[in-house]
Amino acid sequence: MKVRDVNCGYLPLVDSAPLIIAQELKFAAEEGLRLNLIEQPSWSALRDMLALRHLDAAHMLSPMPVSMTLGLGGLPARIDALMVLSVNGTVIGASQSIANRMRAAGWADDFANPALAANALFAAANGPLRIGVPFPFSMHRLLLNHWLRSHPGFTDDSIQIISVPPPRMAEALQNNELDLFCVGEPWGSVAVQRGGATLVLPGSAIWQFAPEKVLGVRHDFTWTHAETCHALLRAVHHATRWLDKADNKPLAIEILTRSQHLNLPEQVIEPAITGRIVTASGRVPVETPNFLLFHKQAANFPWRSQAAWIAAQIADLHGVAPGPAMDAARSSFRSDMYRTALGPIGVDLPGASEKLEGAMSHETAVSSTRGHMILGPDAFFDGQIFDSPPEKPLNS
Amino acid sequence: MDHAVKILVVEADPKRAEDIMDALRSGGWGDVTVVADAARITETVAQINPDIVLIDIASPDRDALEQLSIASDARARPVAMFVDQTDEDLTHAAISAGLSAYVVDGLQKNRIKPVLQTAIARFNMMSKMQSELSAAKRALVDRKTIDRAKGLLMQARGIPEDAAYALLRKTAMDQGRKVIDVAQALVTSADLLR
Repeated sequence: MKVRDVNCGYLPLVDSAPLIIAQELKFAAEEGLRLNLIEQPSWSALRDMLALRHLDAAHMLSPMPVSMTLGLGGLPARIDALMVLSVNGTVIGASQSIANRMRAAGWADDFANPALAANALFAAANGPLRIGVPFPFSMHRLLLNHWLRSHPGFTDDSIQIISVPPPRMAEALQNNELDLFCVGEPWGSVAVQRGGATLVLPGSAIWQFAPEKVLGVRHDFTWTHAETCHALLRAVHHATRWLDKADNKPLAIEILTRSQHLNLPEQVIEPAITGRIVTASGRVPVETPNFLLFHKQAANFPWRSQAAWIAAQIADLHGVAPGPAMDAARSSFRSDMYRTALGPIGVDLPGASEKLEGAMSHETAVSSTRGHMILGPDAFFDGQIFDSPPEKPLNS
Repeated sequence: MDHAVKILVVEADPKRAEDIMDALRSGGWGDVTVVADAARITETVAQINPDIVLIDIASPDRDALEQLSIASDARARPVAMFVDQTDEDLTHAAISAGLSAYVVDGLQKNRIKPVLQTAIARFNMMSKMQSELSAAKRALVDRKTIDRAKGLLMQARGIPEDAAYALLRKTAMDQGRKVIDVAQALVTSADLLR
């Protein structure tokens, strides 16, 4: 078999695990791929390197293919999201002083209730809340938007969004540059351990099924290297399935700790993988169901409706027309290619490529290519349901 | 060549920062600020409002700049970058894609100048396009306002369109104002009376 090189960019986060496992456990090699994982110093650099063809594929924040396709921020490029690499996995944390004032305002420190946390947060604020996110086009930013905008105390100038590289989040909080942050693990746990942060909510409390990272490739690459894309999809599919098996978790933590790709100690990798989150220094870990999903509940399926939701939020934040943005986003989430690559190896696939985002408050059986499959929950904390059918139906 | 551009250099290594400053000065760019502390980028950009930011392509703080460059008023600010290797392909691709890459293979001063010139040329081109675009948008909005004012006059006075426009123009001339200002005042008062 001819071995094909795939240069894949990533940022050192726990949710880059599917790519690391695909390489380390040889799922990629079994598909005839030499998966070269290339660490990137920032999301901007990763984006530019992908657009400039120095990377073939990349571990991307789920709004990045959408924002790039819409030509927002930096280099525009048509990017396809072949699959979702992970669902959820982010945390919202507060500085010591804001957390104390929130407690004084009656907040129960429960790591569960967005509405009550927002009440306490706005009561505790004196001036605009300075909120750190890793990148302007990120699920972190969109979740914050969905959460805080629904509060009656919200105005456009009640928050100030600041981009902070994840490894600097703890330090920025300690130096009183931030009141609040939303970041992917392990950087929330690091902020608790080093920065005296209190974790207020898991991202999944705001949206129970938020696509966090996707596997992005340039649109022209999917045309010229369709077979490579299929092989990559299969390899990463095997890796995510392996990662979500309960028995494999201890070994997964071990591999992630030992591999040179993350360079992070075990105690900061463990919470995300096990869903046992220490919300403040010295506390008992909180069991957080569905904290980070790699495979379960069809986590990898790139729903066109997820892309549409992302586009609607971005359109709102950046003042672009929502209709065309949603259509462009829908076509960048390649559920068609996902089906083509994984159908023939017997992977169960949902019967539709769009769903009502937010409609499932419990696990729900839906029809699939092999009978039925379990999806959800995917509810938003405020019960909102996102339904915006495409202008014209897409193929598949 | 516009030598009045304000340049911000983001560089933590003092030796390297010094070399870059020298190269910039010898190229005729005098208005240069260096920020070494990553945490101060946002603050510094707000303070000095640079025309161009130079930052190492490998710096994690590029994402903080990204936030600043999508802020409404800073859309046209170019970010030139240091690429710390001789990679002609990457440089070429970056420049043709609109990024202003900046090759510093051992920091050769003669290479800084052409790339910075490209960045500035691009900046000027972008600013021009931006102002043309906002002028076009402005004209469109103005025309809509004038159309609404004409409509209001036609309805209120029972006069045809050309008479409505003539009335607007005469009022403007009598008062020494622009037609759009008169139309805007009319539309605003109509909205208030609704």
